[in-house]
Amino acid sequence: MMLVFSLFFLLPLLLVTIVSAWDYNEYEMIPAFSMRGYSDTFEGCIADLPNLCTILKTYLKTLKLCLLTWVLTLLIGFTVAYFLAFHVRSKTWQIVLTLLCTIPFWTSNVIRMIAWIPLLGRNGLVNRGLEGAGLIHQPLEWLLFSEFSVVLALVHLFTFFMVVPIFNSMIRIDRRLIEAAYDAGATGWQTLVNIIIPLAKPGIVIGSIFVITIVMGDFVTIGVMGGQQIASAGKIIEARLNALQFPAAAANAVILLGITILIISALTRIVDIRKEL
Amino acid sequence: MSKSSKFDRRISRRSVLKGAAGAVGLAAGSGAITGFPYVRSADAKVLRYLGTAVNEGDEISKKCLADTGIKIEYITATTDDVTKRVITQPNSFDVLDTEYFSLKKLVPSGNIFALDAKKIKEFDNITPVFTKGQLPTGKKIGDQGTAPWKVLYLEGANSKTFSKTPTEFVTLIPTVYNADTLGIRPDLIKRPISSWTELLNPEFKGKASILNIPSIGIMDAAMVVEASGQHTYADKGNMTKAEIDLTMKIMTEAKKAGQFRAFWKDFNESVNLMASGETVIQSMWSPAVTKVRSMGIACTFQPLKEGYRSWASGFCVSKAVSGPKLDWAYEFVNWYLSGWAGAYLNRQGYYSAVLSTAKANMTADEWGYWMEGKAAVGDIKAPDGTILEKAGATRDGGSYDERMGAVACWNAVMDENDYMVRKWNEFIAA
Repeated sequence: MMLVFSLFFLLPLLLVTIVSAWDYNEYEMIPAFSMRGYSDTFEGCIADLPNLCTILKTYLKTLKLCLLTWVLTLLIGFTVAYFLAFHVRSKTWQIVLTLLCTIPFWTSNVIRMIAWIPLLGRNGLVNRGLEGAGLIHQPLEWLLFSEFSVVLALVHLFTFFMVVPIFNSMIRIDRRLIEAAYDAGATGWQTLVNIIIPLAKPGIVIGSIFVITIVMGDFVTIGVMGGQQIASAGKIIEARLNALQFPAAAANAVILLGITILIISALTRIVDIRKEL
Repeated sequence: MSKSSKFDRRISRRSVLKGAAGAVGLAAGSGAITGFPYVRSADAKVLRYLGTAVNEGDEISKKCLADTGIKIEYITATTDDVTKRVITQPNSFDVLDTEYFSLKKLVPSGNIFALDAKKIKEFDNITPVFTKGQLPTGKKIGDQGTAPWKVLYLEGANSKTFSKTPTEFVTLIPTVYNADTLGIRPDLIKRPISSWTELLNPEFKGKASILNIPSIGIMDAAMVVEASGQHTYADKGNMTKAEIDLTMKIMTEAKKAGQFRAFWKDFNESVNLMASGETVIQSMWSPAVTKVRSMGIACTFQPLKEGYRSWASGFCVSKAVSGPKLDWAYEFVNWYLSGWAGAYLNRQGYYSAVLSTAKANMTADEWGYWMEGKAAVGDIKAPDGTILEKAGATRDGGSYDERMGAVACWNAVMDENDYMVRKWNEFIAA
């Protein structure tokens, strides 16, 4: 186990970190110490003040999308998990309905994203419908290739990652606790806030880790749904890789990793997952 | 890489496939190093062909197998990934099909092997577009960017320096090329379009697009900037830092003003944008225009007065190829230039490197429509038999001489490539 972990995780990570401090030219990496990958990345961050430099703008945008997606997937995911755990009584139906949640994963990620275009496009179903109903006279341009469409697609793609861990935590909650709460005169809301949410915390945190790490590194969804006009941390890495600037890409990967670790460790500060499990 | 991509990898089927393909490539590559599989493969001539989807037709490999007994195994990747693979895994392919502009990266890496012009039967018949930078009629064509004749020859067999005069060591044996321009939706624009400046015309606010491949996108941007009279570049394919700044500033202003609906990165995205009416004017590739049209939607590959941005590709082999495999590679390249494949490419709207042999494999009507700008006498069909154009149609941009003669610049890798990529990221983030 330790061997697999070090071979397939620690070693590549170490290599990326080493490479991020190398120099490079048009076609090869030069194994000489250079912080060019980093200094280029933060280019203009001090000189351009008070305007934000590219990398800060990019990360602010990525964090904003990440936060929106997290809040929405959490709300929807929690609600779906709550319904599955407490309103669906039979085990069979719980399994059937959970499996239904996986339907979006039966097709590839890219096809799921492209399917939004005929729906949200300028001549898409939504605009046609609204125009037909007389609600709008001009097609709504912000439905597609906008932050709205990016968040919509991300929520659609990743809510499932919230549902499963939260559902898992919820079905482990001892039903007698809830009955006891009712017996003690707690309202539904009080039960939710004081009993269910605290006990579902590990699921919430695990789901959040899934969603946040995926969204922070995503560049395909943001690319396609944002019409390639919205920058993301992952996109910068991809552009660097495609230009064969591996050390610069590695430097950006290390920065992204650092920021993601910060977020995750903040989350695990709030809830000690190991203790809760 | 990062934690996040670790999770990505766990869920993405595509990356699993990619990993598997890489492993297969490695396994195959290791065979090439030891050299012993030749014994087994004496009766099965197999060449691993690395390239983009552009030239990799199933019909071509079938016909090649029937004619020469050489089995072609396609390894398909995007232009960027092809270059990446040559640099990082030179043992994972035999024949390389790539564009001339990537040679500036590939040749210094020493991972490709220049073919010998003397062993290419039709080499002397290759169009002078490649060898001299002029049309068969003698007219000079635009030489900005990484024009093929600048990087066609090496000084010696293992040299890493491009030769200014013809030698027998050819970096890429020419195969296919074309002239790219803007695609438009004439039914939605409803007026003639004649200049690259129209891309940034506020009339098309929210309905324009360019491609998000930095090295090519910035060339299209430069065509627009130059057409609008804001700057004349010494070489659009090799800008100074100041020129990159200027170009990106103009594009950034347009982006902030909402000129662009979306940028596209892959062939199908460009088709979707245009076919759905999300965009009405955008940079485009010839087969994408054909695809939109075959859906019954009006789309024109609009010739513009400032000219075309051109690209060209050709064959070389991996430095790991030797012995019988090298002979098969020559046999394959010779077969490719012998006419059947050339006619196949011409029928898709590309141009073949050896015009005479392709002509012999096309009907007079096909040749007239595709190459001479004449009105089609009968229906014009794609290689797979679907009807592309009805009788009476003429090709956008006209004849070979008109289209290739109006080339203004070639796809390129700039000296300031590193700076340009950073500026492009800034543009996307703006």
